[in-house]
Amino acid sequence: MRAALAILRKDLRIEWRTREGLASVFVLGVLLLVVLAIAHDAPVDEAPALAPGVLWATFLFTGMLGVQRGFLLERENDCLAGLLSAPVDPGAVYAGKLAANVVLLAVTQAVVVPLVGLFLHVDLWAVAPGLGLVLLLGNLGFAALATLFAAIAVRTRAREVMLPLLLLPLLVPLLIGAVSATRAILAGGVGAARDGLSVLAAFDLAFVVAGWLLFAYVVRD
Amino acid sequence: MDAPAIRAEGLVRTFAGTPVLSGVDLVVDAGEAVALLGPNGAGKTTLLRVLALLLRPNAGRLALFGVDAAAAPPALRHRIGYVGHESFCYPDLTGRENLAFYADLFGVPDARTRVEELLAWAGLEAAARRPVRVYSRGMGQRLALARALLHDPDLLLLDEPFSGLDAEAVAALQARLAELRAAGHALVLTTHDVERAAPVATRLAILHRGRIAWAHDGGAADPVVIAAAYAAVVVRRG
Repeated sequence: MRAALAILRKDLRIEWRTREGLASVFVLGVLLLVVLAIAHDAPVDEAPALAPGVLWATFLFTGMLGVQRGFLLERENDCLAGLLSAPVDPGAVYAGKLAANVVLLAVTQAVVVPLVGLFLHVDLWAVAPGLGLVLLLGNLGFAALATLFAAIAVRTRAREVMLPLLLLPLLVPLLIGAVSATRAILAGGVGAARDGLSVLAAFDLAFVVAGWLLFAYVVRD
Repeated sequence: MDAPAIRAEGLVRTFAGTPVLSGVDLVVDAGEAVALLGPNGAGKTTLLRVLALLLRPNAGRLALFGVDAAAAPPALRHRIGYVGHESFCYPDLTGRENLAFYADLFGVPDARTRVEELLAWAGLEAAARRPVRVYSRGMGQRLALARALLHDPDLLLLDEPFSGLDAEAVAALQARLAELRAAGHALVLTTHDVERAAPVATRLAILHRGRIAWAHDGGAADPVVIAAAYAAVVVRRG
C-alpha cells in the first residue's frame, strides 16, 4: 500500500507540474466531441439518444492517450527498472499506476461529460448520481485493462499502434455495459441500469485482479 | 559462515536467440569488490542486470545472500543497490523529490535526513530543487549513485559508475566505495577505466563473449599485467 501510494503521488505530482497528459487529453476529447456531434448532425430532439455512445467513444480514445502517457513517464531514464528494483510487490506498482490513471481519467471525465451534455442537449444534472456510478465503474474497468496493456505496449517499438490493437477488442464488453447502463440511466434511473452495471462491476473485478496478478509477468524481462 | 553475497553458476542469458551470457560463474563475498572489465558487448551490463534481479537468466543458478534468485521475495531487493546506464530518475521531478520517492519505495527510515545527507555527499545541494531534466550528465550520475545508496544496500552493483564524473566526484565515489567495502558490503562494478576501479577493487575479472575469461585476486594488479591479460583474452582471441 505504501509503495502504491508513493507511485500515485509521484504520478500526480508530475502531471500537475507538466500538465502535458491532461492538456492533450482535454484537447483530443473536445475535438472528438465536436467531430462526432457534427458527423451525426442530429436534430435537437434526437441528439440525447446519441449521448451514451458519443460519451464512451470519446472516453475510450482520450483514455488510451492518457494511460499511454502514464507509462511513457516510466520509459524515460529507464524509471520502470527503478520501480522494479525496489523491494515491493510488482502488484503494488500496478496498483499505484492504476490509481493514478483512475484519478487522471476522472478529471478527464469531469471535463468531457458536461461537454457531452452541452453538445447533445442532455440534462445530466438530473441523473448525476447514477451517471457518476457508471462513470466510476467504466473508468476503473478501462484503467485496469489499459494499465496492464500500456505496460506491455510501452516496451514495443510500435507502441502507439500496439495499445489500441491489444486494448480495444477486450474493451467491447465494457463498452457495451457502459453504453447500456448510461442509456438506461438517462431514460429511467439507476434501477433500469442494473444489467449494465452488473457487466461493469464484473469486468472491473476480473481485470483488477488479473492486472494485479499478471503485472509482474508483463514487466519483467 | 554467511552465504556469499553472490553465487552465480553457469548463468546464461540470450536475447532473440543470441547468447550474451554463456555460462558465467562468479562468487562474491561480503567485503569484496569485483571490477569487471571487458570490451563493448561482452555482457557486462546484462550480467549486472541479472544480478540486480532485473533480468532473468535463461539457464544457470543464481543465489544472493543464500537466497535462490528464481524464487526471491521482493524484500531481497532491499539488500541490492544498482546503478545502470540510466539514472532511474524522473526528469520532471527535482533531485530531492526523486530521492524522497525512492526512499519511500525502499522504506528508508528517517528518509528526510538520509536524502539530505546523500544530496550533500553527491554535491547536489544547490541543484536539489531543480528538475532532473536540466541536470548535466555528471550531475545525473551523482544523483543515480545517491539513489542507489539510499537504503544502504549490502550488495552494490555499479555499471560504469565513473562515467561522466569529474575528478572530485571520482575521488568522492572511490572513498565511499572503499568505506562500504571496509564495512563488509559487497561491490561489483563494470568499467573500461581500470585506473579508477583498481583502487577500489579487491578482484579484477575480464568478461569476454559472455564468460569470465580471466580473473586476478588479491587487490590491485599491475596495470601492465592487466593490459597483457586484456590483450591475451580480448585482442588475440577476437
